Amino acid sequence: MDPGSASSPPPSQPHARGAMAAAATAGSSPGSGPGDSPEGPEAEAPERRRKAHGMLKLYYGLSEGEAAGHPAGPDPLDPTDLNGAHFDPEVYLDKLRRECPLAQLMDSETDMVRQIRALDSDMQTLVYENYNKFISATDTIRKMKNDFRKMEDEMDRLATNMAVITDFSARISATLQDRHERITKLAGVHALLRKLQFLFELPSRLTKCVELGAYGQAVRYQGRAQAVLQQYQHLPSFRAIQDDCQVITARLAQQLRQRFREGGSGAPEQAECVELLLALGEPAEELCEEFLAHARGRLEEELRSLEAELGPSPPAPDVLEFTDHGGSGFVGGLCQVAAAYQELFAAQGPAGAEKLATFARELGSRYFALVERRLAQEQGGGDNSLLVRALDRFHRRLRAPGALLAAAGLADAATEIVERVARERLGHHLQGLRAAFLGCLTDVRQALAAPRVAGKEGPGLAELLANVASSILSHIKASLAAVHLFTAKEVSFSNKPYFRGEFCSQGVREGLIVGFIRSMCQTAQSFCDSPGEKGGATPPALLLLLSRLCLDYETATISYVLTLTDEQFLVQDQSPVTPVSTLCAEARETARRLLTHYVKVQGLVISQMLRKSVETRDWLSTLEPRNVRAVMKRVVEDTTAIDVQVGLLYEEGVRKAQSSDSSKRTFSVYSSSRQQGRYAPSYTPSAPMDTNLLSNIQKLFSERIDVFSPVEFNKVSVLTGIIKISLKTLLECVRLRTFGRFGLQQVQVDCHFLQLYLWRFVADEELVHLLLDEVVASAALRCPDPVPMEPSVVEVICERG
Amino acid sequence: MEDDAPVIYGLEFQARALTPQTAETDAIRFLVGTQSLKYDNQIHIIDFDDENNIINKNVLLHQAGEIWHISASPADKGVLATCYSRTSDSKVLTCAAVWRMPKELESGSHESPDDSSSTAQTLELLCHLDNTAHGNMACVVWEPMGDGKKIISLADNHILLWDLQESSSQAVLASSASLEGKGQLRFTSGRWSPHHNCTQVATASDTTLRGWDTRSMSQIYCIENAHGQLVRDLDFNPNKQYYLASCGDDCKVKFWDTRNVTEPVKTLEEHSHWVWNVRYNHSHDQLVLTGSSDSRVILSNMVSISSEPFGHLVDDDDISDQEDHRSEEKSKEPLQDNVIATYEEHEDSVYAVDWSSADPWLFASLSYDGRLVINRVPRALKYHILL
Repeated sequence: MDPGSASSPPPSQPHARGAMAAAATAGSSPGSGPGDSPEGPEAEAPERRRKAHGMLKLYYGLSEGEAAGHPAGPDPLDPTDLNGAHFDPEVYLDKLRRECPLAQLMDSETDMVRQIRALDSDMQTLVYENYNKFISATDTIRKMKNDFRKMEDEMDRLATNMAVITDFSARISATLQDRHERITKLAGVHALLRKLQFLFELPSRLTKCVELGAYGQAVRYQGRAQAVLQQYQHLPSFRAIQDDCQVITARLAQQLRQRFREGGSGAPEQAECVELLLALGEPAEELCEEFLAHARGRLEEELRSLEAELGPSPPAPDVLEFTDHGGSGFVGGLCQVAAAYQELFAAQGPAGAEKLATFARELGSRYFALVERRLAQEQGGGDNSLLVRALDRFHRRLRAPGALLAAAGLADAATEIVERVARERLGHHLQGLRAAFLGCLTDVRQALAAPRVAGKEGPGLAELLANVASSILSHIKASLAAVHLFTAKEVSFSNKPYFRGEFCSQGVREGLIVGFIRSMCQTAQSFCDSPGEKGGATPPALLLLLSRLCLDYETATISYVLTLTDEQFLVQDQSPVTPVSTLCAEARETARRLLTHYVKVQGLVISQMLRKSVETRDWLSTLEPRNVRAVMKRVVEDTTAIDVQVGLLYEEGVRKAQSSDSSKRTFSVYSSSRQQGRYAPSYTPSAPMDTNLLSNIQKLFSERIDVFSPVEFNKVSVLTGIIKISLKTLLECVRLRTFGRFGLQQVQVDCHFLQLYLWRFVADEELVHLLLDEVVASAALRCPDPVPMEPSVVEVICERG
Repeated sequence: MEDDAPVIYGLEFQARALTPQTAETDAIRFLVGTQSLKYDNQIHIIDFDDENNIINKNVLLHQAGEIWHISASPADKGVLATCYSRTSDSKVLTCAAVWRMPKELESGSHESPDDSSSTAQTLELLCHLDNTAHGNMACVVWEPMGDGKKIISLADNHILLWDLQESSSQAVLASSASLEGKGQLRFTSGRWSPHHNCTQVATASDTTLRGWDTRSMSQIYCIENAHGQLVRDLDFNPNKQYYLASCGDDCKVKFWDTRNVTEPVKTLEEHSHWVWNVRYNHSHDQLVLTGSSDSRVILSNMVSISSEPFGHLVDDDDISDQEDHRSEEKSKEPLQDNVIATYEEHEDSVYAVDWSSADPWLFASLSYDGRLVINRVPRALKYHILL
């Protein structure tokens, strides 16, 4: 190893430096001897290293300056550089001599000597080593030379031996030549003879096969022999064989056909027969027809058994069993037929496929007709799960032949049937919901009618309302759940576009839910229209309850139900659906109409009472009033009852602020200032014009009263409506009568009584004042002798009554 | 085309009775009867000068009592009949009588010489319709096309046909019929059909409408529960013989085909209180006028059930005009029933409305407070119907 290689790692690494130092000591030890100071190599290590480095660099053509990190070293062209390429000893010496003092010269001399010595020893080591290597190489070469010579002899010997062997081999094959040829010929003859034997034996074999029923084997034999016989039919012997074969084959074919026609065996065996017949070269067209005809026979058998299950009487097996039978029997059979057909008659091409498709379509449509008949019988029940499972099986079963017979479109037809059934179910559920709603109404009617008889209060209106609402909601939920089965993930048809889109949006949401809410509104509205004319047909409480129900639907239920629907049936369809707001508006309108109708009906009841009381009395010859008439008390009682009834379902509503006034104070205003003001002109006969003038002026300042105006959804508004209707009736009736003095006074008393009790029910008690004032004023006008009663007396009578 | 403002005339008394002077076909003239228990009642003869929008009135005293119903003879301008109530011995009895107005007022004196302060003239009594056996008179109707000799009056539950003889000075009860049934049946109103040679009369009692044949005085048809509540009034379509309109306390106006009495042909529900009066326009039967105690008068256009469902068919077309008419007819075809106008000039219940007998585009309404309002059909509609 040379020191140059040891110095190649970067100098900054401490262990590298150590390794290099070790190399340096090792290198120097042979020449320098033990006299060398140990610190010598230590101190000059960097120097030497740099020197060796530099040399390496030189060798590799790198300038000293390019080496990493070092400050610019001595100029390589410097002749004084001891290690430089252009070193000139003369110049160097000159320079030393000229520049250095003696001591330094001495130093450099010893240094030089030491270096020279070190170099010498290095050189010596190298020489030694190289020499050794050279010697060992020479030895090796010599040995090789000997070995090769020996090997050459061996090779020569081998060559001669090989030549001998070749010679022998050639001779042997020459002697065996003609024997081999004979053997080959003999083997050929043997094979031919065996074939001939097969041919000769063929008829008997075939017969045997036919007898044993191994038709497959027979057909294979026939197939093998056919071509040969065809080729050699000019030879009489072969001709005979061929004839025999043909006879047998014909028999075979006949037997096969017979077996085929018997049809008792299953589809696979038939398929086998057909396959064999085909192999026998029977015309495919005809076989194809016959095959289908047989298949038809079998499948029709299946259909007949299905039809028998349908029966004229109610079907014994449930729909699931029915579709199972149909699925395994008919559809399975059809599948087998189709598979076998496609396998057998693949060569027929599109015409054959078309034939199969027609076949499948025809039978399929009959099957569908049967299934539909069965499904139609299933429309009654409320439970969908069985039906959906049956439909699922039906649909799933038909997907297999659907794939086989895409052209027949059986899968599409099946999907259509399923869709139709789904639609019918939706219609059925809608009917169910309607019936449930009507049932609820009947229950409510009965509940409303019953407590009167029992004498005690039955379930309150609020309770009835809650019952109705919850019952309807549960019905809706049940229907949704039942219908939801159609879209369950595990059901095979749920991913059809119809069930993902139209069924959810148009069918369930629009058809079922929206349809039901609409029909509910219509049913409710119908109570306002026809029977309400007679008044008594619909109990008013029912109107009130329905109105509240519709209002509740408007505020909460509709949006709840629709949200529920949308959640359950993730509606992906983009088709427009009825927005919640429209439906709410409809419900609200219904509620409003019902409530208005309620007001009308109740108002009519009280009106009739008042009208009868005014019309039937002889007001001219009545006695001085002692009491409030009973009918007025009845009016107040009824109004209170209505107030309670409405209060059960509707909120209080707002009144005008003045309603906080006590009735006492209202009364005093009414009876003293206002009332007398109104009457003053009436009984001063001087100015007939004043009455009109006064009342007209009064009317100018009071607002027009809309008697049958729409009501708001609160108790006060309802009661206001009823009281308005009643009092207006009273007014009109009073105007049609003529009153005596006491008649007028009676009216006065009655109106005051009403005033005392009715103000608390209405939104604006001013309204009651106004109407009652008008009643009294009209009565005064209709009285030839209008002498009103003293207000204090009126008061006393009313308080007593 | 601004419509003329309504003309308002005020009476001093309450009033319910209004009729056009039926025999007058040139001047617009209405008769109004007042109701007052304390003073002499009056009949106001209201002349309306269409060109100047001026009202002229003449007052006749009707001392017999307050007037509940008034009707004018279709033949004689000066003859009219009233139903009035008389109070005696603390009993009120409604009677009916035929009157003649003074000759000079028959065709309206255009200026009442000395205003209302002058002593009003008095009606001349022609005859009483004796009702002592029959009860209170509800209304009197004249035979519409006749010579003013036949009158029907409704008294409680009786329907009475009178012959006026010797220039109306004597009324002879020709025939009668009466309603039998439980409860107190009472006729509220009746009309004489202008069709079928004037042999039919329709009456209203409670919620029922009935048709009568005046020759046999027997019931022809009966519409039970025509209205939910009391039927207040009815009127015959002047151009379609089987059609009649009724109104009542259920705020509705119903149109009936008397050949099918189970269902109304049409129902209007525009008023917010009892409808007291319904009147077909005499020549354009799509125009229907109703008055109600909600103080409103409503003029409706019932084209779909009128005799001119596609508008006025012009039958004297010029050939050159035909195209115009065709296009016009096309545009008229989708005519809809609708409310033409709601008149709110009244401040009290309106108990009577009627069309003028002279001007088919003009009508009067009367409210209880004695306000008479004369209105016209909106011009746009008038031209639409005419052209």
